[in-house]
Amino acid sequence: MFVARSIAADHKDLIHDVSYDFHGRRMATCSSDQSVKVWDKSEAGEWNCTASWKTHSGSVWRVTWAHPEFGQVLASCSFDRTAAVWEEIVGESNDKQRGQSHWIKRTTLVDSRTSVTDVKFAPKHMGLMLTTCSADGVVRIYEAPDVMNLSQWSLQHEISCKLSCSCISWNPSSSRAHPPMIAVGSDDSSVTYAGKVQIYEYNENTRKYAKVETLMTVTDPVHDIAFAPNLGRSFHVLAIATKDVRIFKLIPLRAETASLASPTRLEVQIVAQFDNHNSQVWRVSWNITSTLLASSGDDGCVRLWKANYMGNWKCTGILKGDGSPVNGSAGQSGALTAGGGTGALANQGSLNGTSAGRKAAQLVPGVM
Amino acid sequence: MEEVDVEPTTTPIPGIDFTQKHLGFVWGPGDILVYETKYGATGAASVDQGCPFVHVVRKDEDIYSPILRKLFNESHHIFVGLQKIKEDVPSKNKKSQFVSISKNYRSVIRACMEELQQVAVSTRDATLATQYGNQVSILLAVELIWNLCEVLFIEAAPAGALQLHLLDWVRLHKADVDEKAREVLQSESPAEHPAYWDVAISYVLQGRTDEARQVLVKQASLQPAARLMFKLLDSLLMKMPVYNPGGNQTLTEFDVKWRHWREECDRCLQDNSFASNRHLEAICKILVGDEDTLLEYKELLGTWYHFLVTRLLYSHPTVKPTELHYYAQSSMDMFLETRSGPEPLDSILLAAFEFDIHQVIKDCSIALNNWWFVAHLTDLLDHCKLLQSHNLHFGSNLREFLLLEYGAGLFTHHSLWQLAVGYFDHCPEFGRVYLELQIERVPLDSERKALKVLRICEERQMAEQVRSICKIMAKRALRNDRLGSALSWSIRAKDAAFATLISERFLQDYCTPAPSYREFHKLYGDKRFVEAATLLLSLMTAKIAPQSFWMTLLTDALPLLEQKQVIFSADQTYELMHCLEELTAGKTIPNTDHPMQDEDVEVTKVELLRLALARNLAQAIVKEGTVDG
Repeated sequence: MFVARSIAADHKDLIHDVSYDFHGRRMATCSSDQSVKVWDKSEAGEWNCTASWKTHSGSVWRVTWAHPEFGQVLASCSFDRTAAVWEEIVGESNDKQRGQSHWIKRTTLVDSRTSVTDVKFAPKHMGLMLTTCSADGVVRIYEAPDVMNLSQWSLQHEISCKLSCSCISWNPSSSRAHPPMIAVGSDDSSVTYAGKVQIYEYNENTRKYAKVETLMTVTDPVHDIAFAPNLGRSFHVLAIATKDVRIFKLIPLRAETASLASPTRLEVQIVAQFDNHNSQVWRVSWNITSTLLASSGDDGCVRLWKANYMGNWKCTGILKGDGSPVNGSAGQSGALTAGGGTGALANQGSLNGTSAGRKAAQLVPGVM
Repeated sequence: MEEVDVEPTTTPIPGIDFTQKHLGFVWGPGDILVYETKYGATGAASVDQGCPFVHVVRKDEDIYSPILRKLFNESHHIFVGLQKIKEDVPSKNKKSQFVSISKNYRSVIRACMEELQQVAVSTRDATLATQYGNQVSILLAVELIWNLCEVLFIEAAPAGALQLHLLDWVRLHKADVDEKAREVLQSESPAEHPAYWDVAISYVLQGRTDEARQVLVKQASLQPAARLMFKLLDSLLMKMPVYNPGGNQTLTEFDVKWRHWREECDRCLQDNSFASNRHLEAICKILVGDEDTLLEYKELLGTWYHFLVTRLLYSHPTVKPTELHYYAQSSMDMFLETRSGPEPLDSILLAAFEFDIHQVIKDCSIALNNWWFVAHLTDLLDHCKLLQSHNLHFGSNLREFLLLEYGAGLFTHHSLWQLAVGYFDHCPEFGRVYLELQIERVPLDSERKALKVLRICEERQMAEQVRSICKIMAKRALRNDRLGSALSWSIRAKDAAFATLISERFLQDYCTPAPSYREFHKLYGDKRFVEAATLLLSLMTAKIAPQSFWMTLLTDALPLLEQKQVIFSADQTYELMHCLEELTAGKTIPNTDHPMQDEDVEVTKVELLRLALARNLAQAIVKEGTVDG
């Protein structure tokens, strides 16, 4: 792998989150400078900032895109105790010429009394739903009943988790066999014995979310959580960022007297556990087909994990800051492309027995 | 199975301080974005700028090389053809099919290699030339491995024929002999050319006795004194028995013949027939398979596997497949100096000689940067039923695993993604899900591209993806105020609610009445009131006009209701009343884009309509009663 491009993000403070849209042609960045920026990728692969605006009155923790079926919609959450929904509107023609677009605030969700730590849209088959979690331990699920009118959001569910919440993840499965399911992670360090990951499931009869499982083995603060794409399997895979990286398998057990009223029971199996980050792990995320998991930790590295066809997990790549200054101020440094690419190919040459060490040739294939 | 321990590669990210900060990331299609951040921040503004860059990190993929793109395209055709070979064809006939498919794959590699070689020579950019050169050497290695796998696994030649195939393999990959031979033979005095003996001996090392004899003749004519000696060697070379698998000679008969010939060569050495010419003596020693002599020609052999094949040719021409691994290992040990261990290529070839298919595939996966080779080779071997017979209980999974990896890689490319569809189609376990996940992420840059993606989904009955793509396109068209396109996309998405919404926008925004509405006005203008009334009513009752348009239609009905003669029948009047009630009762349809301008005007209008309808109903009942009675 190599750095193909560097984009001058131009935020005036720390970047907290970067989010790709569904098709990977746009991205959004958010920062402690209280702004969100939207970037569009040109035909040539260059990223241009097409909008930048102040979104909150505190650090913006997370920014996320709605599915394009709902239009060009972003949600952000902040230390200022709110979450907000933004929609891009087609601007006047001179804006278009300048390559700028307009984002307007459709709603501010003000129910939380503390910092809103995560914001996620629900899977699209559930409609346009937005979920937030906050330091006061409440997960809130909002719905826009009319997708043409994003200024109306109704608070559908409030789940009290009893622990300060840091992260949420929706189970992406659209199978009818799987009722809507959400996992909540907590970084509450005041309670040391409690399980820090809770799984909630929607019950058709009560029309409420009920807790179906607490991962009792995860007692250290949890910073991030991510369900893997389901791939049509009967079980679910959940990655957790805590003092290490953990991958769990959640297998729904259908009771023999299965009625819709009774919640699904889950059998929880640990699939993998990696402590290579040495200390806290802060982010975990799956690629599209869930063949790769990436994690970021206190060692300042992003590590990539991959399972082979035998189901064994291994670290297959590391991205690590080198502390050196970025050369070139223009940002989109094309020279890096050629350098990195050639180096990698030179390594490959040793397969032919022409160049030196074996180690050099042991490139890890298929990282992406 | 023992796992090779591979250290993960570390990619440095410039400008990011890993000791104080964290590395944030996000997955993209085919890349990963990273940026400096600090997790666990409290929320207080830090005014800590740090590294202001977001870096795009990509895997070094050769799918971006336009020449290799041909390799991907053409091998895709071969792959699809292979999948069509019927299960019920007798396995004997299949074998020749598999061999020819294997050869097709190899000829695609060769064509690609030649093209790369040409551009490598013609380019003026030194970096680019090196890059092409490296790609050529990778393809060379890939073709070498593939060819050996073809001989050993697919052709699966028995003793006798095996040796012939191995000779062909070595000859094909050590073709520089011919070039050198041309140079020597075209020179003014070939026999005095410094490379003369190299050429002669190289031919012998490759078992090309006829060509060796032709070269040796040049020298013989120069040394009349040594004429007899040359003649003796020439006859030995000529008499060398060659096994003919298609002939009627049995392997045992060949073996007896070969042993006689070798004894004859041996006798010549014993009575020092060639003692006066070290070159001729060396050739004769090669003919009896003298290992020390062979090793003296390391330079000409070049590789341990050439040494192996020459050694087999002159010592064990009837080698059995099961004995190969022993000779391969010992040849490698003898040939390679102890200080330098085997390179990845050596290990891969050795694993092939050991018939350890799994090890070959695994080592190739590790050594190569692209899944192209392992995916296609494994698929072919799987079709040959070789993965099962080697007791790899996960045989088909390995095939699918590699094909999915290869396909997923193709999907990140802006045009090669279409090839990936063909690979996913032939992965029974996860192919469909992979395709579903990947195809909905293909950027819908244009209507044309959207239609292309849509066709692929429709052909595979991927209803949800079809709906989603149409919905996205409809939404996008609506945003850009292309209502016609929005309407047709939403109809295709079978999204009735959205289609209705768009048609309402159509009528409101453009005020272009639908054709039948225009027709109504025409009839009204022509004073054909009864027909006009019937049409107006049908616009509502048949739901041709959207509900938001009904008020306009009902208002249009007013002058008809006010006519002196009764135009709307009693039944029709009832229906009109029903429409009015439906419209005013629920207000079910969201009407955000067209807010009520003025509540009072609206109420008055409804009151007026109700009055007119009631009066008309009364008149109609009276009239109908009178006529019928």
